[in-house]
Order: sequence, then C-alpha cells, then structure tokens
Amino acid sequence: MSEPSHRLYVETYREPAAGEPAWLRRLRRQALARFGTSGFPSPRDEEWRYTNVAPIERKLFTAASGPADVAAAGALIESCRIADAWSLVFVDGLFAPELSERNGLPAGARLESLASLLETLALSPALSGVEADAGWLESGLELETDSKSNEVESDRHGFLDFNTAFFTDGAVLRVDEGVVLEKPVQLFFVSTRNEGRATLRNLIRLGRNAEARVVETHVGAPETGYLGAVVSQIEIGDNGGLNHYKLQLDGNRAYHFGGSYARIARDGRFGHHSLSLGGLLVRNEAHARLARAARTEMNGLFLSENRQHVDNHVRVDHDEPHGESRVTYRGILKDRSRGVFQGRIVVHADAQKTDAEMNNRNLLLSDDAEIDTKPQLEIHADDVKCAHGVTVGQLDPDSVFYLESRGIDAATAREMLTFAFAAEIVERFAVSPALSGVEAGVERPDPFHELLLGMLLARFPHAK
Amino acid sequence: MNTLLRIENLHARVDDKPILKGIDLTINPGEVHAIMGPNGSGKSTLSNVLAGRAGYEVTEGTATYRGQDLLGLPPEQRAREGVFLAFQYPVEIPGVSNIYLLKAAYNAMRRHRGLNEVDALDFLKLVKEKTKIVDLDEQFLYRGVNEGFSGGEKKRNEILQMAILEPTLCILDETDSGLDIDALKLVADGVNSLRSPDRAFILVTHYQRLLDYIKPDHVHVLAHGRIVRSGDAGLAHELERKGYGWIETAAAEALR
Repeated sequence: MSEPSHRLYVETYREPAAGEPAWLRRLRRQALARFGTSGFPSPRDEEWRYTNVAPIERKLFTAASGPADVAAAGALIESCRIADAWSLVFVDGLFAPELSERNGLPAGARLESLASLLETLALSPALSGVEADAGWLESGLELETDSKSNEVESDRHGFLDFNTAFFTDGAVLRVDEGVVLEKPVQLFFVSTRNEGRATLRNLIRLGRNAEARVVETHVGAPETGYLGAVVSQIEIGDNGGLNHYKLQLDGNRAYHFGGSYARIARDGRFGHHSLSLGGLLVRNEAHARLARAARTEMNGLFLSENRQHVDNHVRVDHDEPHGESRVTYRGILKDRSRGVFQGRIVVHADAQKTDAEMNNRNLLLSDDAEIDTKPQLEIHADDVKCAHGVTVGQLDPDSVFYLESRGIDAATAREMLTFAFAAEIVERFAVSPALSGVEAGVERPDPFHELLLGMLLARFPHAK
Repeated sequence: MNTLLRIENLHARVDDKPILKGIDLTINPGEVHAIMGPNGSGKSTLSNVLAGRAGYEVTEGTATYRGQDLLGLPPEQRAREGVFLAFQYPVEIPGVSNIYLLKAAYNAMRRHRGLNEVDALDFLKLVKEKTKIVDLDEQFLYRGVNEGFSGGEKKRNEILQMAILEPTLCILDETDSGLDIDALKLVADGVNSLRSPDRAFILVTHYQRLLDYIKPDHVHVLAHGRIVRSGDAGLAHELERKGYGWIETAAAEALR
C-alpha cells in the first residue's frame, strides 16, 4: 500500500448506524477530520519517540459485520475466564451476549453494551430515564483531549481520534453511589479476523463511595494480524474505589493500542494493574488525574520475546493537595524484543503535600533485547515528597551462583530468579489498597491471582 | 579412614591476578579445620574455588573430593555431592521464598541420590524441626531469601540450609564476621550440633574468637596465597596475641 492508510480510512468512512445522536456524530466527524490530517502518531512526537507504528499505517484493517464469531471466541476466552465474575464479551468489535454473564448484578449497578444503549436512546428519546443517560454519555464520551481547554496537547494522538471516529461498541459500567460490587466484572475484547479491527470505547463510572473491580482481557487468535484499539474512560466519584486490571494476551501477530484514562475525585482510589504478555506491537497507556487526597497505585509488568515491541506509557496528574501515587512497572525482555517505558508524574501548583513515587525496573535476558525508559517528575508545587528510580540490567550473577551452590542447575536458577522478578509485581496486584478495608501488605488474593501466576509459570515452567 | 578432600598445589587467579599460589591441604571426615589469615591472603578465594564460583580460574593443582575431581564439576553438582558453602555475604533474593529455595535444594539433592522427592507437608515438618537448631522464627521461612534479614539472621539462615541439606563438607566463609556475641554463639551452637564423624568443616575466619566456640582440630594460617603455618588450636591463640604481622613478614621472606 503506497498511500498511508489513514487517508483510506477517511475515504472509506461510513456513518455508523443511523440514529446515533447528533452530538456523537459531531464528535466522530471532528475526530475523523483530525485523524485525516494527522494520521497515526509519528516517532517525531515526543510521546511516541520510541514506538514506530508504521507497520499499522501500512495496512488497512477492516471492521467486522455481524454477527460475532462466537464459536472461535469462546475457545479463546476459555483459558482466561475468571470463574465467578460478571462479564461482557466483544468479538471483533461486536457484542456477543451469548458469551456474556450479567445475572445477579445488584440494583444500582448497570453493565451494558454501548451500542445497545445508543440504540435504546434512538428508539425511545422520550423516556425520561434514557434522556438522563444522554447527558452523561455525551460528557462521558468526550475525551479530555477533545476539549479546547485541554492543557495536555501532547497527549492527543491519532489513536484516540481513530477510536472516537470508529468505535463500534464497548462496555458501559455504572455503579451508583454506595454500591459495592462483590464480584469482579470481566470485559473481553476478542479478535479472530486477519486484517480485522476491533475498535471499542468503554465507560466506567463509579459514584460516591462505590467500589468495583474490572478486568479488561484482550485476547486474539494466534498467527492473525489484527488491530485492537480499545479506549477506557473511567470516572471515580468521591471516596470511590476501582481496581482496574488489564490483561493483554493478544496473539503473536497482533497490533494493540489500549488506553485507560481515569479521573479520580476527592478521596477516591484507583488501582491500575497491567500484565502484557501478547501482541507484536503493543502500546498501553494509563493516565490518572487525581483530585484532593485521591490515591492511585499503578503496577505494570510485561514479558516480551522474539520481535515483540511493548510500550507502556503512564501519566499521573496531581491536580490538588494530599494526593498519593505509586507507579511500579517492570519489563522482562528476551530475544530481539524491545520495550519502552515512558512515565510522567505531574504535580500541579495547587497539589501541595503530594506523595509520589515512580519506579521502573527492567531485566534484559538477551544481548539483542532493548529497552528505552524515561521516568519523569514534573513538579510545580513546593511542599511535596516525590521520588523516582529506574534500573536496567541482567540477572545478578551472585544470585544465580547462590542458587547453584544449593544444588539448583543454572537454567532452573535463572528461571526461578526471572519468575520471582515478575511475580513480585503480580503480588502487588493482589494487595493493592485501591479498595477500602485492604491495608497495603495484607494478604487478599484477588480471584484471578492464581490465574495470573499460572500464566507466568507457563512462561517459566521450571520456576516452581 | 578415607580422605574426604585432598588439595594439592592449588593455584588460582581472579582477573589475571594470581591469588592462590600452591595450597596443600588434606581433610578427613569428622575433622574441623580453621583457616585463618589477614585480609587479602586468599581465604575467600579458596572457599569460592572449592564451591565453583565463576571468575575464579584454577591454573594449577588439584582438589580431589571423595576420590573425584572436584574442580571438574559444575557448582550444582558439587552441592549435590555434599559440598556446602556458607556465604560470607549471603545474597538477598526477593520473590523467592526461603522455604521454596530450601525445598528445591533438598529435592535436587534427593533426586541426585536416587531418592523420591518429599511432599510439602513432610518437608515442612523437617524444616520446622531444623529451625530450632538456629533459633530462627518460622516466619523467616515465608519471607524472600535473606530479604531484609539482619546480618545475624542471614548467617543463621545459612546454617539452617546446612542443617537441612546435611552436607559432607561444610565450608564456612567468614560466617562469624560482623556478628555480635549472641549471634556468634547461635551460629557456633548450630555448627557444633552438626558435627559428626562423617562430616568435615572448613572454617574460614579472620578472628580467633569463633574458635572459642567451635574447637578446631587443625588451624592453618594463610598468607600471600599459601599456607605458611599449620598447628592445633593453640596456633589460633598465638595469632590472637601476636597479630598477623609476624606471619606476613615470615611469608614475605619465604617468597623472597
């Protein structure tokens, strides 16, 4: 393909389902216009300096027409389904109600497909309850980067506009004031089609004192070159708590862009825990904006091999005083794989008494692997506690010898140490203080702790 | 009596720098040998060469352990054959629990000897019994290996490993350094409880004080990469009184 594909995307653009509200059409058209001008992000952009998405630009990924391929998807999600959870499943960008499970959701919690919600809205505009939805949806779907007052111009990029213009569906989770979801909600984004795209937009909104756990699971068929582009917008009300897990288990030829953008109101808590194992070219973004005394804990781990490229982009904005943030990311790179960590914590002028820490450690298991890491603190207040650290290295030979001297062969010793390096992050997932009543360090395995450890062990079979 | 370890004319270097320049040492089962000497005399090099640490190059000589060429074995084989090194600086390994390492090591040893692996429950029983020897609280079993342990706790953890693995040749590399008297006594008690007619010890130490609590059969003084004096426990006391200066001088003159 000689012409960059973003022009083709614009030329072949079809207005989505008739009956989408006018405000959404407007949002989509604006996003499409920006995308037509700028295309996908370029390495000239500082925030994309280390990740070249030219391979995506060279292809034209097409949207699926229904119905969803439920049979293929069912097999893919089997190995990563949490036993006791509510779920929504999207296959190639289309909602698959047959695979989803919503029975028993408490009053005050709604979990639905965005497309269905918009359809209902179009069919029965007169219903007052649905009218109320519209206002929330409109403001909810507008990305921060869409508004003119946006101060973080550099965070706007082609994938967000692409997502706004093309999303076909997504999950909408609303948890009302004071409602605590006892079971986790698992969202599946499954891809089965070669050269297919799955473009989804999720909205998660927790009211005051509401609490929930949401697990985003991205999976796809192996040896299949698809594009998954999933954006999640998260709003946490006063003193609410969300633990948001992202399991990126895409197929080995997949392109993945996934962004989670959270606003945390006063005293709110946001845990973001990201495990990236799959994909060929992957960009994970996680941004959090904290109001007064809000807290975030962001933990990330990726394992890359062969020619995988995995980019983790993290940003925390402390807007108001007494906020706390902990960002801990690790990477384990094998073969000729490449990793990127770009993390920035911004302490704005009003955010006195902020307590922020960012740590990034990387393990290079091959001479051909490469990591670019750039942790940044940007501090505009004068009474804050901030720290950051970064390491890049190989397995410590002293540790390997210590294990050998206890009778463990070198290969097993190396696997044990690598597994331990990875498992430490997964342990942090389990004790995240984002939910109330959980003190840091207190053992409270989440329902998929074993699942995650199992996935790691599959990579290091001799470690246990 | 069969000799357990026979070291002959052992030369070794680190980064092209010769450190050991002809060590001869014979150790029989049941014996405790103390190797003393000033800093830089080659004590730790000898320990590391025997345990098989990378970066220590043997240029000449032999070490025969129970009739086989010890230096030809990879480090994990030496361990499985019953050679144990208690580290001068035990490594912290976050993320690998102490009990997991113990079990992995114990079962590796058993497989090597053609025995069945033990299950988790039986192993736990064994370990709990052994923690009493070094008075280490059970909670240490579930922490990362040596992670956040005090100096004394790390050294006691080394002795705990030794107690579980039941080696034939125990090499303690300056296990006493940096310990207060209470920790030293615990370590010494642990070692004494493991003394047996089949098991030999090499105590590498800078300080005579350890030998007040573990009585050696033989004391060797190492200087400039050679054993310059050998004697009984009395030699250690002589060193304590006179310091290492006279040994250094004598060794330097001998080399001249």
